[in-house]
Amino acid sequence: MADRTQWGSPLDAASWPPRGIFATVRFEERPFVGKLILRGSADTREFLDVSRAVLGFALPTTANTVAVDGDLAALWLGPREWMVTTTPEREADIAERLCRALVGQHAAVTDVSDGRTVIRLAGPSARDILMKGCPLDLHPREFVPGRCAQSQLARAQIILHQIDETPTYDLYVAPSFARYLWAWLVDAAAEYAIA
Amino acid sequence: MSTQPFRLPRGGRIDRARPHRFIFNGRAYSGYAGDTLAAALLANGIHLVGRSFKYHRPRGIVTAGVEEPNALVQLGVGARSEPNLRATQCELYDGLIATSQNCWPSLRFDLGAINDRLARFLPAGFYYKTFMWPPSAWMQYEHAIRRMAGLGTAPEERDSDRYDKRLVHCDVLVVGAGPAGLAAALAAGRTGARVILADEQVEFGGSLLSGSAEIDGRPALDWVARATAELDWMAEAKLLRRATVFGYYDHNYLAIVERVADHLANPGEREPRQRLWKVRARQVVLATGAIERPLIFRDNDRPGIMLAGAARAYAHRYAAVPGRRTVVFTNNDSAYAAALDLIEAGGPVTTLIDIRAEPQGELADAVRAHGVEVIGGSAIVATSGRHRVKGVEVMRLTPDGTGVAGPVKYRDCDVVCMSGGWTPAVHLFSQSRGTLAYDSTHGCFVPSRAAQATHVAGICNGAWTLAECLRQGFTAGTAAARAAGFVEVAAAAAPPAPEPTATPPRILWAVPSDRAGTTSKHFVDFQNDVTVADIQLAAREGYRSVEHVKRYTTSGMGTDQGKLGNIPALGVLSDVLAADLPSLGTTTFRPPYTPVSFGALTGRDIDALADPIRVTPMHDWHVANGAIFEDVGQWKRPHFYPRAGETMRAAVDREVTAARTAVGILDASTLGKIDIQGPDAVTLLNRIYTNGWTTLEAARCRYGLMLKDDGMVIDDGVTTRLAPDHFHMTTTTGNAARVLGWLEEWVQTEWPDLRVYMASVTEQWAVATLSGPRARDVLAAAGTDLDLAPTAFPSQSMRQGAVAGMPARVFRVSFTGELSYEVNVPARCGGALWEALIAAGAPFGITPYGTEAMHVLRAEKGFIIVGQETDGTVTPLDLGLDRLVSKTKDFIGKRALLRPDTQRSDRKQLVGLLTEDPNEVLPEGAQIVVERRPEPPMPMIGHVTSSYFSPTLGRSIALALIVGGRARHGETLCVPLLGKTVKVEVAESCFYDRDGARANG
Amino acid sequence: MLRIPCPYCGPRDETEFAYGGEAHIARPQNPATTTDADWADFLFMRKNPKGRHRERWMHARGCRQWFNVERDTVTHQIVTVYRMGEPPPETPR
Repeated sequence: MADRTQWGSPLDAASWPPRGIFATVRFEERPFVGKLILRGSADTREFLDVSRAVLGFALPTTANTVAVDGDLAALWLGPREWMVTTTPEREADIAERLCRALVGQHAAVTDVSDGRTVIRLAGPSARDILMKGCPLDLHPREFVPGRCAQSQLARAQIILHQIDETPTYDLYVAPSFARYLWAWLVDAAAEYAIA
Repeated sequence: MSTQPFRLPRGGRIDRARPHRFIFNGRAYSGYAGDTLAAALLANGIHLVGRSFKYHRPRGIVTAGVEEPNALVQLGVGARSEPNLRATQCELYDGLIATSQNCWPSLRFDLGAINDRLARFLPAGFYYKTFMWPPSAWMQYEHAIRRMAGLGTAPEERDSDRYDKRLVHCDVLVVGAGPAGLAAALAAGRTGARVILADEQVEFGGSLLSGSAEIDGRPALDWVARATAELDWMAEAKLLRRATVFGYYDHNYLAIVERVADHLANPGEREPRQRLWKVRARQVVLATGAIERPLIFRDNDRPGIMLAGAARAYAHRYAAVPGRRTVVFTNNDSAYAAALDLIEAGGPVTTLIDIRAEPQGELADAVRAHGVEVIGGSAIVATSGRHRVKGVEVMRLTPDGTGVAGPVKYRDCDVVCMSGGWTPAVHLFSQSRGTLAYDSTHGCFVPSRAAQATHVAGICNGAWTLAECLRQGFTAGTAAARAAGFVEVAAAAAPPAPEPTATPPRILWAVPSDRAGTTSKHFVDFQNDVTVADIQLAAREGYRSVEHVKRYTTSGMGTDQGKLGNIPALGVLSDVLAADLPSLGTTTFRPPYTPVSFGALTGRDIDALADPIRVTPMHDWHVANGAIFEDVGQWKRPHFYPRAGETMRAAVDREVTAARTAVGILDASTLGKIDIQGPDAVTLLNRIYTNGWTTLEAARCRYGLMLKDDGMVIDDGVTTRLAPDHFHMTTTTGNAARVLGWLEEWVQTEWPDLRVYMASVTEQWAVATLSGPRARDVLAAAGTDLDLAPTAFPSQSMRQGAVAGMPARVFRVSFTGELSYEVNVPARCGGALWEALIAAGAPFGITPYGTEAMHVLRAEKGFIIVGQETDGTVTPLDLGLDRLVSKTKDFIGKRALLRPDTQRSDRKQLVGLLTEDPNEVLPEGAQIVVERRPEPPMPMIGHVTSSYFSPTLGRSIALALIVGGRARHGETLCVPLLGKTVKVEVAESCFYDRDGARANG
Repeated sequence: MLRIPCPYCGPRDETEFAYGGEAHIARPQNPATTTDADWADFLFMRKNPKGRHRERWMHARGCRQWFNVERDTVTHQIVTVYRMGEPPPETPR
C-alpha cells in the first residue's frame, strides 16, 4: 500500500489539532486499522470452519459481541456480517487468505480499512461523554468489555466497541464524519478539565 | 435597602448567615440564601408583582410553586435575560435582577389598566371577533396585541450559556421526592435496581418542607433527611434536584430539565446552565403531588389573596409571613391546618370562613382556641383594595349554594388565604395516555388505568393522608422494582404517620355574590384573565367541548397551562351546561409540564455541531486553494475556485474552458460506491437497472438507470464488473445510503434466495477525476504502470494499477463529454493523489473545477442529474433514454412503463432550450407557456430544470421538461418572468459533440 | 420515541430505525400479466388501521436488517416482532 508518506488520516494532527486530553478522559485516533467486512451465513458449517481456520478463532455468533485474538478481532455487525480488524497493512493478507479459503462459498470479503477510522476514548468520564449523544444503555450491567454495537453518537453513525473497564471504547466512524465527531467529543469533554 | 419587615425572627429553611441583595423593578432589597424571589419579596412586604394579561389588573403572588399564574418576571439582563420565569421558583442569589412583565409604563401605574374599565367590550373570544377582519390586517393587530399582552422580552443577544444533554436508562424513574416519591425510591433502590429520583425543588421533601407534619413521632423532615442519606449512599441511585420531569412520551421515554446553574450568580464556565435528561425507564413511579385550587369568588385576584398552602409554605419554609391580618376562606380541612401553622409561625389569623356548614371537630376547635373567628356556611362576596386587599365582605350562603342572603359582615385584612381543595397533578400520567377517573368527593380527577409501565403513588393518586402517601410510595416502589426484575431483600414497611379523620370538602365551583353584572369578575384563570362570565358566555354562544371553550376563552393557556384554573373552569362549564363534570372530560395534557427553554432542547447542537459537515480527504487542499464550497447534503463540495478578483461566472467559465481545451480535475470522492459480490450479483443488477448486465465483460463499465416500481427514475450511475461475480456500483452523491438501502430491501424482503452481498465503499475510495483532452498526458506524467493507449484502455473500461505510486482503480468514464479518468485510490491516499495529479498536470494547464463547472459541462452534453431533471414523476421514456430500457428482461418499474399513463405522448419530455437572446440565462424552475397572455391564467406546459451560461458555446443553454417536448423541436415558446417575457427555441437536449467523439477518442 | 426490539440486536431507540410501510404486500409474480388495476393496487393501496398494524422496519443505524413489527397504531404498543419470511405469530388480542 503506497509509500507511508502518501498516507493521510482524517484526524491527522497536522491538519486537525488539538488532541483530546482531559483530566478524566482522553481520546486519540487509531488511524489505518485494517478492517474487512466479512459476509457469510453463520448457519453454514463450512463458512464458520473456514473462517476459523484463517482467523485462528471462531467468529462470534452472539449478536453485538466481539471475538479477539492477539491483533485480530471480529465484531458481530449483523446476522451475516462481521468486521474483522487487524493492525495496519495486515488486512490485504487476511483478505486474500479469506477469499482463497472461501472460494465456492456464498461469502464476501470487502476491504473497508479506509472507509472508517477509529477514535479511542478512554478514562473514567468516557461513559458520561458517550451518554451525551448515544442512545445505547452503556451501564456496566448492560454493556461490558467485549460488547459492540452499531448505533449513533450525536449525529454520526458509529460502531462502538468496549475494550476494557476503564472504560475504554473504540468508536468506528466514517472518515467524512470524523472531524465532526472529534469536534463533538472535544466539546462534550469540555467540562472535564484539561490535564 | 429595606429591612425585611415580614421576616419572622426565627425558623425557616433559609440561611440567615448568607444575606443576598437583589433588585426588583429597579429597587434594592435583601433576602437570604434559601429564599425564592417570591419569598424574599413577601419578606419585604411586596405583594404586587405584575399586571394581568388582558385587563392589566394589579396582581400578587398566589402560590409558592410551579403553578404560579401571576408572579412572572424577566430575570437578568443582556444575553442571559430570560422572560416568563415564575418568581415562586427563582432561587434567590446575590445580585439577582428581576423586573415585572406586562406593565407599562410602570407596575403601579399601568396605562393598559383602562382595559379593566372597558371589560364589557372585551368578552370571551374578543380577539377572534374583532381582529380577524380584514384578514390581511391580522399581522398588524397581532404585533400590537403582543406588545400590550407583554409576555416578557426575548433577549436580542445570542444566548451566552451552555446547555447539555444526557441520554440515560434506568430500571425505575421516580418523579417527585415528596413523602410518596421518597418512599418509592427507597423501596426500589433497596432492591439494587437502577433508580433515578427527580424533583423540581431545590431539596427533597415536597410538601413536608412547608408544614409541621410528623412521621414516626418525629418531625417529618428528620425522616426526609434519613431517606435522602440512604439514597445518596446507594451506588445505583441517581438523585436529581432542581429537575423537572416535563414530558412523558411513548414507551416510557421521559424528558427532564435539570437547572444546574440557574441559581448561581456566577455560573462556572464548564458546567452547563441546564441539562436535558432523556430517560428510558423500564418502570416509572409518578409521585407528582397535588396543586391547591383557588376559590372562584368575586374579585378573587387582588394582591394579597393567595392559596392557603402557599401562605403556609412562606411562613414555615421561608419564615416570611404574607401579612399581619389574615382571613382564611376554604371549602376543606387543609386550610385549617394551614391556619394553625401560620399562627404557630407568627402570622396572625383573624377570621376563617368555611363554605361548609357549622365547622365542628378537632381542627375547628384548635383554630377557635387561638381566638380565630370561624364563620361557617358563608362566603366572601366581595373584596376591596386596589394594590393590596384591604377587606372582605361575607354573607351566608343559601342552602343550595347558588346564592347568598342575610346581612353583610365586613372584615379588615391584608391577606386572604383561600383553599378550594386539591387537584392531583396528573399531568404526566395523562401525557402517558393513562386514563383518569373523577373523584366527586374531592372534585378532581385521579389516575385510573395506566397506559404504560407506570405506577402512581401519593396525593397525585388520591392518597389524602400522609400515612397513606407513605404506604402507597413503598408499595409502588416495590412493585416497580419487581416488574423491572428486582426483588427486595429487606421488607420495606412504611413508617407510621397520623391519619386524621377528614370532613369532605364542599364543592362550589363559582362562589355566588350579591352583585352580578359584567363588572363583577370571578377569576377562573388568573394568567389569561378568564372569568366565570366568560365561560358562561362561551356556553351561551354554543360551545360545548372543553377543548373549544379553552381556545375560545383562552382558559388554561399561557405559561401555567391552567394548573390552577382548569378544574374550576370545567366545574363552571358543567354548572352552566347542567352536565356531569366527568362527562365533559378534560383538555388534553401535553408536554411540557412547565415551559422549557429552547437552549435546553437544543443543547450543543449549535454552530458547527448543528449538523455534521462531511469532508473528503482532499478537503484541506480545497480550503488552502480558495475554493468556495457548496452544501450537497451534509457534504462540503468545492463549488468553484475563484482567483483573486474573479467573479463566480468568470471562474466557472475558466474552469469549463480548461476542461474542454486542456484538462480539469474534480474531487468526485462523494460519489456513492457499493461493492456487490455473489453468484447472483448480475441477476440483481438485471432486476434493479432498466438495462441488461449479463453481457457486460469483466473490467467494463456501463451506465444504468434505476426506477421505482412506479416506473419513475430514482437514481443513475456507472457500474463496473470487477470479476464475474463482483461489481462496483456508483450512485449519485445524495443517494448513496438510499440506494444501498434499496438493494438491501429487495434482497432481504423480496428475493432472499439471491446469493449476493452488498457493502458500502463510498468512503473507502477517494476519487479524482481528470477530464479534458490532456487527461491522458497528466495521468502518464503522474506515473502509472497502466497502458493508457486507447486500444489498451478504451472508454467504458476500468484498469487496476499504480498511479503516482498508489494502488488505484482507474475508470475511463465521462460525465463531461471529454476524455476522462476517474482515479480511485484508498481514502488515506486521497490527499497525496490529488497533489500528485495537480503537480503532474501543471505543464498541461490542469485546472481544478467545482460542482458548478461540472454541471455546466454535463448540461452542454445533455446529461441528466437525478433530482434536477427528475423529481419522482419522470420516466426513462420522458428523458428520451429509451435505449437504456430493456425490452427482453423484467426489471423494477417495467410494468409501470406499460401503463397507458406512462405511454402518453403528451407527458413532459426532456428537451433543450435556447433563448432568443444568447446572454439571457433563464432561472431554474421558470415556467414555460406557448404564448404569454396579458393576464393569468396561462396554461403551463413545462419548466426549466437546468440553466447555465455555456462558455463552450458562447451562449446560454437550458434543459426543460415540456409537454410533448420532443415533437416541438424548433418551436418557439415563452418563459414569462417578472417584468419580461423570454422567447426560447426548443432544441436537442445535447448541445455539444453529439456523436461523442471527444470522450471516446 | 418508540423502543423497538430488533429481532437481531435487541431493543433500540426508534432513531436507529427506518420505517418501511405495511408488511406482507406481495409483489405480483408476473408483472407483465398483471392488470393495471391490480398493479395499481399493489403499488399504492395500503391499510391505515386504527389498532393493530403489521409493518416493516429496518434497523438502519444498526444491523441493517429488515423485519416485521406488529404495532398498535393507537397505543404504539409493539405486540410482536418477527423476521422477514417468517409467518406472523398468532397474537392475543
